[in-house]
Amino acid sequence: MEIKLKINGINKEIMIKEGEYLQSALKKLGFLNVRKGCETGSCGLCTVLLNGKPTLSCSTLAVRGVGKDITTLEGESIEVTKFAEVLTDEGADQCGYCSPGFTLTVIAMKRELESPTIDEIKHYLTGNLCRCTGYMGQLRAVKKYMEVK
Amino acid sequence: MFTIKQHLMAQSIEEGYEILVKNRNNVILGGTAFLKLGNKNINIGIDLSNLELDYIREDENNIEIGPMTTFRSIEISELLKEHFGGIVAKSVEEIVGIQLRSVITAGATAASKYGFSDFITALLSLDTHIELYKGGIMSLEEYLAEEKVPKDILLRIIIKKDGKRAAFKAMRNSKSDYAILNCAVSYLDGEYRVAVGARPGRAVVKTISEEALVSNEKIEEMVSEVKFGTNMRASGEYREMIAKVLIKRCIEELKSEK
Repeated sequence: MEIKLKINGINKEIMIKEGEYLQSALKKLGFLNVRKGCETGSCGLCTVLLNGKPTLSCSTLAVRGVGKDITTLEGESIEVTKFAEVLTDEGADQCGYCSPGFTLTVIAMKRELESPTIDEIKHYLTGNLCRCTGYMGQLRAVKKYMEVK
Repeated sequence: MFTIKQHLMAQSIEEGYEILVKNRNNVILGGTAFLKLGNKNINIGIDLSNLELDYIREDENNIEIGPMTTFRSIEISELLKEHFGGIVAKSVEEIVGIQLRSVITAGATAASKYGFSDFITALLSLDTHIELYKGGIMSLEEYLAEEKVPKDILLRIIIKKDGKRAAFKAMRNSKSDYAILNCAVSYLDGEYRVAVGARPGRAVVKTISEEALVSNEKIEEMVSEVKFGTNMRASGEYREMIAKVLIKRCIEELKSEK
């Protein structure tokens, strides 16, 4: 079936299979940083913002994206640049595979929570797994980023 | 991974129901996060997401949760935090990450009677009813007792605002994993209502009066009436031991609030 998706403010048309998930549709459209990871809903690699909320694109039917604002990393370039600076300053980026999903979740958190505690930050980011960093560098980077205006 | 021959965005509950009962392989689509872990061959996947069934609201007597309400909405609902010690909101906050909780729906979890559910256990400890399109209103306890999942559509979850105080506890092997056991206890007018779930079977409920609860042996007696099973996360024996501890902690929490 053909559907229309609004991705990063731009309307796109795409042919999808019945029951196809959003991650797959976005990949077809060239959004390669929306990555496929565990495919069980646990790792957060495929996170996109759906009407501003972090959502697993691997577990959301593409057809449910119709009429919603879908945001990938490309749609948040200003915030992504700010976060990338603190992330690299803290040596918190290694293989980078989890970074797109992680970054989008952090951006959404900054908009949703005002002055979150460490526990609130950890809770918000529980769904983003990283197998390289051990999280401490990321946590330092997130704390710094939350202070950036 | 499941397959769908046809995805149908239902225009009304009636349309959804008519299609649902036409073929045994027609199913209602909830969040579809758990569905994808199986290998069902679905004929028509009926999508209710355009029917404005995503709500948490209250009237004088009840709180109602719409079937397409996500766990994330439940988790951050101020209304649910205000009632029953906030256990309905608490019960979902440790389920994987917020991205998944933004996908999972209350209706699919309750209607499918998931055995691993934390949410069902919390609801079961309260005076919770569900409304089915054809089956009408029935208690959640009654619904869970039926072995099969009926060919029906869950319209709403209804929790009576009866002033119950409640506590919820779950045990996990690691944060964000499924619970190896969960329990919820509510208290009203001298009676404790104890729900135990992730046994790993469907949650069950027991009641005990405050008068009868004179010692920890009474809790152990109550737990001995519940069946526990073994799976990759924990053995039945371990679950039984954990159940006693979690129930005691819930009851202590409720006593300390008095």
